Amino acid sequence: MRNTKVTIAGVEFKNPVMTASGTFGSGEEYSEFVDLNRLGAVVTKGVANVPWPGNPTPRVAEIQGGMMNAIGLQNPGVEVFCKRDIPFLKKYDTRVIVNVCGHAPEEYLAVVERLAEEPIDMMEINISCPNVNAGFLAFGQDPNHVEELTREIKKIARQPIIMKLTPNVTDIAEIARAAEAGGADAVSLINTLTGMKIDVNRRTFALANKTGGVSGPAVKPIAVRMVYQVAGAVKIPIIGMGGIATWEDAMEFILAGATAVSVGTANFYHPTATVEIIEGIERYMETNGVEDIRELIGAVK
Amino acid sequence: MADKFKETATVLSQEEIGSKIYSLWLSTEHIPALSRPGQFISVFSRDSGRLLPRPISICEVNREKSALRIVYRIAGKGTAEFSTLKEGEQVEVMGPLGNGFPLECMEEGKKAFLIGGGIGIPPMLELAKHLKGEKQIILGFRDEQFLTEDLEKYGKVTIATEDGSAGTKGNVLDAIREQNLTADIIYACGPTPMLRALKTYAEERGIPCYLSLEERMACGVGACLACVCKSKEVDSHSNVHNKRVCKDGPVFLSTEVEL
Repeated sequence: MRNTKVTIAGVEFKNPVMTASGTFGSGEEYSEFVDLNRLGAVVTKGVANVPWPGNPTPRVAEIQGGMMNAIGLQNPGVEVFCKRDIPFLKKYDTRVIVNVCGHAPEEYLAVVERLAEEPIDMMEINISCPNVNAGFLAFGQDPNHVEELTREIKKIARQPIIMKLTPNVTDIAEIARAAEAGGADAVSLINTLTGMKIDVNRRTFALANKTGGVSGPAVKPIAVRMVYQVAGAVKIPIIGMGGIATWEDAMEFILAGATAVSVGTANFYHPTATVEIIEGIERYMETNGVEDIRELIGAVK
Repeated sequence: MADKFKETATVLSQEEIGSKIYSLWLSTEHIPALSRPGQFISVFSRDSGRLLPRPISICEVNREKSALRIVYRIAGKGTAEFSTLKEGEQVEVMGPLGNGFPLECMEEGKKAFLIGGGIGIPPMLELAKHLKGEKQIILGFRDEQFLTEDLEKYGKVTIATEDGSAGTKGNVLDAIREQNLTADIIYACGPTPMLRALKTYAEERGIPCYLSLEERMACGVGACLACVCKSKEVDSHSNVHNKRVCKDGPVFLSTEVEL
């Protein structure tokens, strides 16, 4: 039996394939298409201490080979999430990673504290969403802030912490090192790249928010490069994402240094992408005589 | 058993029934048998650079042939591509999606308005086939008509055209007023200004009014929260004043939503 299991911060995943936050809700909608038991983990949509209404519409636009979104982290708040979404996910044999969002440190800390006794496996801290208001945008872009927030969260968190990094920085390795210095158990990258689309006929912005996060296959080479850079900068495990739609895409990230990968935008146009990627990785291991997936992590020559 | 499917459909026929308006019959394994009036399907591009599906309402269903019909207008590159599909060609679709129109609130002896504006007309056809009671079908066009003859089989059709080329010159409400028409319930799909006017019309008269809304979508199944509309009350799923057009709708009671 070939081993597809990976371990991050002591948490074992049956395979390295997860869902990317914000593209899979809390799993319920896609459970009609995908057997959630097959997944390494479900990473939930970001949840805040209170309900967030999100941005005005239109919230999405298509680009060549990708899309842009400015949902604005609409979420029902952590109370409803704990009562409804966590019990739903616990019915399945998959790991549960809860994505946490906030506008300010105390908001993140409130969510982390509320989740302390919940039966979840890890938390992913979204310090990088480009679509939420406030000068707070700079947060995930400033290594000092990232280190400080990570340290504060680690003081109260009962579950291992993944810091989710923004690619909208000069040097993502510096931010990753700051997260590691603050005590992060892992980092995930990349969040979306900030972009803009203009409707030339109407002379308006395609998104009501004007700017939005670019995702999908178009961003994949940037994401692979950043995972490779971060892998050379930190010792903590990396969860790689950014345009993964096929098993070959997933293998690129693993070879670049990711211990696990997340599938995001592909869920929207290919709802069974996650399971097909898992099967593709298994076939790749079979074909290439790889006994253990862990041999491939960072194995690019 | 799942109630929605992503599957490969085969084109049975395609016809241009108006300028830039196309009627496409698709044969597909599971979706037709499960479809209800007012639901929609996601249609996928064959160009790998165009990732997101186009949501298009179901115009008609033929269960015996396991076929469904969509009528759509070319609005961009995706729909332009669909318009080139030929008999025997294949296209990926997902559905049926959304809630559809409620049929149970109509019965014999009751009168309904089925109101379609422009490219909002197609879902009225499958609705007209299934609804009980007296069906008064009101169609609003800019100028050129389409689907009028199909709809005349199922009820009395009243026309409004912006240019006055047929029926009442003006919009659907002008036609309703000119003809002194009344109804116990309203079903409507069309541009937002029309829906907004109908919402006011219905609420002033205390008539239940079901509106089919449109919004930019990504996933089509309620996961991504792109296509929200404003809800009057805090929604039980979102826990804010937002409802998902693709999943909680596209059909809403007018009093539930803010337009």
